[in-house]
Amino acid sequence: MNFWNDPINFVSVWLRSLFSGWGMADWLVNVLLAVMGIVVLIICAMVLDIMLVWVERKVVARFQDRFGPNRVGPFGLIQPFADIIKLLIKEDITPVGADRIIFNLAPILAMTAVLLLWAILPLGSVIYGVDLNVGVLYIIATGAIGTLSIIMAGWASNNKFALIGAFRTVAQMVSYEIPMLVAMLIPTILAGTMSVNGIVHAQNVWFVILSPIGVLIFIISAIAELGRSPFDLNEAESEIVAGFHIEYTGMKFGMFYASELLHTFTFGGFIATLFFGGWRGPYAEIYPLLGVFYFFIKAMFFYWVIMWVKYSMPRIRIDHMLAFNWKFLTPLAFVLLIVTALVDKVLAQTNFHATGMLLANIIVGWVTIEILRIHARGLRKKDEIPAKPSTQAAHHQPLRGEK
Amino acid sequence: MQNEWIYIGLFMLVGVIIPIGAIAVAWLLGPRKPNPVKQSTYECGIETVGESWIQFKAQYYIFALVYLIFDVETVFLFPWAVALGKLPLFAVLEGVLFILILIAGLIFVWRKGALEWV
Amino acid sequence: MDFMQIIFLLCAALILGSALMVVTTRNMIHAALWLIATLFGVAILYVLLNAGFLAVVQVVIYIGAIAILFIFAVMLTRREMRDQGPQLNKGWWMAVLISLLSFSGLFWLFNNWSGFGRTMVEIPAGSDTLKELGLALVSPNAFVIPFEVASVLLLAALIGAVYVSFRGK
Repeated sequence: MNFWNDPINFVSVWLRSLFSGWGMADWLVNVLLAVMGIVVLIICAMVLDIMLVWVERKVVARFQDRFGPNRVGPFGLIQPFADIIKLLIKEDITPVGADRIIFNLAPILAMTAVLLLWAILPLGSVIYGVDLNVGVLYIIATGAIGTLSIIMAGWASNNKFALIGAFRTVAQMVSYEIPMLVAMLIPTILAGTMSVNGIVHAQNVWFVILSPIGVLIFIISAIAELGRSPFDLNEAESEIVAGFHIEYTGMKFGMFYASELLHTFTFGGFIATLFFGGWRGPYAEIYPLLGVFYFFIKAMFFYWVIMWVKYSMPRIRIDHMLAFNWKFLTPLAFVLLIVTALVDKVLAQTNFHATGMLLANIIVGWVTIEILRIHARGLRKKDEIPAKPSTQAAHHQPLRGEK
Repeated sequence: MQNEWIYIGLFMLVGVIIPIGAIAVAWLLGPRKPNPVKQSTYECGIETVGESWIQFKAQYYIFALVYLIFDVETVFLFPWAVALGKLPLFAVLEGVLFILILIAGLIFVWRKGALEWV
Repeated sequence: MDFMQIIFLLCAALILGSALMVVTTRNMIHAALWLIATLFGVAILYVLLNAGFLAVVQVVIYIGAIAILFIFAVMLTRREMRDQGPQLNKGWWMAVLISLLSFSGLFWLFNNWSGFGRTMVEIPAGSDTLKELGLALVSPNAFVIPFEVASVLLLAALIGAVYVSFRGK
């Protein structure tokens, strides 16, 4: 094996021979290699996070027809570093009456929950942290830790607005986990395994073609789960004055902000991995680094799609948000699951698998739109009826000045 | 298989240390000048009124409850989904029955009005 | 003392210590957070027993749903969320006596059980435990009836809980 075919194994074999040559015990070499790999992966994630701040500000500027940061360095590329320095030298203010330990633990847990996701993300065909056989549920488990950190932040701040914002954020995040779980069941059924790497390997045909409505449900619930616009009622400046992270200053706020951006990018990566083939592409199995390149292009594309949705749509109110989830997305997701399971079982080994699934999805989508149209017509009719008597009464009134 | 989980454990350790390091650097570098106005909690620019608890709406609890039931159901469906390739059609219908019973539950909660945000 | 035993002892210390803090701490929200630490320790225990799926399910359901439900319930029913004062009541020595007696009784009973000497069954390499679990859940000579009864049980829990806690139509 040479470096281009199998980079991680090549480097680890070389390092292992180096360390054993120095006389280290076997288990120590294993632990040291693992820790070095972890540190490299986390540093890649954090550097990516820093560049995402720049990408976010430039893209939002372009959507709003302005330039964005372009003074600090060429094209404003040094801007994120200036932001980090600013956050580092700000004062750490803890409000009076706040619960100190929980107050300090919450931003750390928020960042840890996002970093833990990078352990199972397959960046290339042999470049990943671990290949857990329960990868899909692990994503939800780290989401649970993130939800916990929000409750801790809201409660520890000793502030009414933080508490209300934290409860609403948690209610929203937790509600949208159900369609996300069901949408993640669909690649599991199609691939026959819960491990993320296995799902990528099973995508000879990208799963977006086999289940486009599943992708739609997953993208919508992922945007709501992240707390991004248009579902960011609970942490927007003009609504509830920054919600659960009102009382956080300096680097702690930086941790919340950075963890949200990195979480968005990681979910873009998961959309690409679960439905769009991940690192698959021409020659990606032979040269894993090419797979990494394809993965980043796809993940960046979905990050850009999520940002596009954010800067194009107005905010949704909390009761509309929750009604949309429980009355529309959840039943749709379950119906799609039943249809996918049945069609997959009936058409499993035949040649019509892909076309059958696509057709089933189109039928489900069409029936949904018909039901929505009938429902909307009913609502419009209900709004029209009181108007009729008053227009009729107006006809019988004599005009002023007439007899 | 346990080697993978040991890796996850190490990942968690390093993943906790790095944010702690970042916040510690900020704590070392930042000024420390506490005064009572800075440390009072924020309430849109006015003085805080009353205790900092709120009348908690029961609606949050109901949403968390409905989420719990559906979460348990979906977790039951995961092994079924993994083994779906090897199962006969009868087993697929058993899973569909499982989902349908719980959709009936969702319709009950919907019609009772428990999903409204009052 | 090999590596697994050290990890098990640390995990057991975490579980027992957090459980002790749950019952002795003065603040209800702190108690809920110590409960989360206990549940996390149980998840680590599942990993030690080669049950990765159960460990992740433990985190998702217990920490992600049930602990959050606890915190919401605490905030719903308590007007004061600060310290409540010392948690001991007057008859605490009797409680300690009874718990010591029951612990030593259980210890004496379990001492004679043969199960503690058994070693862990080795899972044959390459067998997918998750697929086996899925096959067992729906095959008619395994667990299909409990699987369907579980769904009816969840339905009953949903209806009951909404009926009890919702004051509406």
